This record gives sequence, structure tokens and C-alpha cells, in this order.
Amino acid sequence: MKTLAELEAIRQKTLDRVGLRVDKDGARIVVGMATCGIAAGARPVLLSFVEEVKKQGAENVTVSQTGCVGMCRLEPMVDVYVPGKEKVTYVKMKPDMVERIVKEHIIGGNPVYEYTIGAAEQSK
Amino acid sequence: MRDISLHVLDIVENSVKAKARLVSVSFSKEGNALTIVVDDDGCGMSKEMLENVKSPFTTSRTTRKVGMGIPLLTENAQLTGGDVKIESEIGRGTTLTALFYTDHIDCLPLGDLAATVQSLIIANPESPDFDFTAHSERGDGEIDTRQIRALVDPLPLSEPDIISWIGSAANEELVSILGGTNNENFSGT
Repeated sequence: MKTLAELEAIRQKTLDRVGLRVDKDGARIVVGMATCGIAAGARPVLLSFVEEVKKQGAENVTVSQTGCVGMCRLEPMVDVYVPGKEKVTYVKMKPDMVERIVKEHIIGGNPVYEYTIGAAEQSK
Repeated sequence: MRDISLHVLDIVENSVKAKARLVSVSFSKEGNALTIVVDDDGCGMSKEMLENVKSPFTTSRTTRKVGMGIPLLTENAQLTGGDVKIESEIGRGTTLTALFYTDHIDCLPLGDLAATVQSLIIANPESPDFDFTAHSERGDGEIDTRQIRALVDPLPLSEPDIISWIGSAANEELVSILGGTNNENFSGT
């Protein structure tokens, strides 16, 4: 890998900026990445969350994955856990929905109701 | 699945669930034959499970009774005249080999392999390690998270700037060797 020197520069810059985060109590974004989620488009959603968290400068947010929860018709699904609040489940996610969720929910603290499983099940 | 890179993401997740510590994923293109090998040191499968693993009604999961990952991959490989072969032993791990003939009209495009590499690392930042290699007449490339991990220590691989770097490195090391589309989210290269 020829750009390893670049990686060392990124490491130094990141360490200077963030130090080492020991606080584990941040928001968690969990994307369903089983076969059903992947086939429905979970990969670009996962990558959009990472990109958007970085772009909007949301601190102490982790993006991770889970498997199939048995509601494959609603994939891609994303659970958002904000400490002290109830879990919010977003369904039929698309990358263009990610910006609002990071801005209004992760940073602002207000879930985007129209994207949630509650709204999806009500409109049936 | 819309392309081969999504199949790879899906299949490698099986190794993750099998608690592998290292997953080696190799892509090798000889003429029109693309061979993908996913080799893990996870828990492995029993003979019985191995015999039934290509059936969509076999799964290790408990939420539902179907598992589509391997059947879908097998179908798409066979459509091109290729196939999927799986070897496994309890305690030693599993090796899956998929062969695609890329000149066949039914062959899926490679897709965004860099996005698959990034997604696997974002979703599994601590373990397992991944060693992706590519080989064709254009040359050889490699992305090894053990090497990257050692270099960025103590930062996690999921750090956004490191993920961006991995995206560009994957385009350079793997995609340029195999041919394929560009990264879908990170303007890597």
C-alpha cells in the first residue's frame, strides 16, 4: 500500500484533534446488515451516516451494525440510541434521509417522526 | 443482490458471525474467470450443516427459518457458468470459493468494492481483521487491516478520516486491479 505515509499523517492529525475518547456514553446508530438489509440498500445508508456524522461534526457518535430482526420488508432499518432516551427505529432508509436524522435527531434531540417505523406502520 | 461487491459484503458477514479473528478475501481474475475466495478461522460448520448450507431453508439465525445469502450467491455464480464451493470444519473455519465468468451476459457487475471494504470495517472496527487481496494481469493489490491497525494505533479503524483513506486505498489496491465502479459515497480517489 503505497500511501501509508499519508495514513501516518491522518493518525497524527486525528490524535491532535480528538485525543483519545474514553467517554463511551454517546449516541449509537445501528444499521441492519443481514442479507435482507444489504439487498435493500443498507451499505450506502451505513456509509452516509459515517460521512454525515463527520460532516456535521457530531461528537462521540458510533455507527455499527446488527443482523436481521425479522422485518425484512421494512429494510434498510436503522436504530438510533440516544443515551437516556428511548430507541428510535427508522425504516426503508435511503441515503438522502440521513442528513436530517443526524441534524435533527442525533444533534438536535428530536427524532424525525415521518421516517420512523411508527409512521410507516400507521400509513398502511 | 445488485452486484458482486454486495454478495461479498453479505458472505463475509457470515464469517463475522462465525466469530472469525481473520477473514481473508481474495479476488483473482484470469482472463474472464473471476475467482473470489473467502477464508475464515471462525467456528466452522458441521458436516450436516455444510450439506444443507446451499438450501434457502438453512440458517443459523433464530429470528427466521430462511437464509438467502449463500443460495443467492450460488444462483448468480451458476448463471454465468460458474459455481460456489464451500469447505468447512468445526473449529478450523470455512472457505468459500465463488467462480464467475465475467464475459457471460448474466454476470453481475463487480460493483463498489471499496464501499464493501469500508462497510465491513465500520461495522466491525475491532475484530475480525480483514485481508483483502486482488490479482489480475494488471498486477496485485492488498488491504490488510492488521497492518493499518498497527499504523494508526491507538485510534480505532472506524475513525472517519481513516475510513476515507481505506476507501481510496481500496480503489487503488483492489478496484483498479479488477476493474469496477467508483466508490459510491466517499469521493475517494
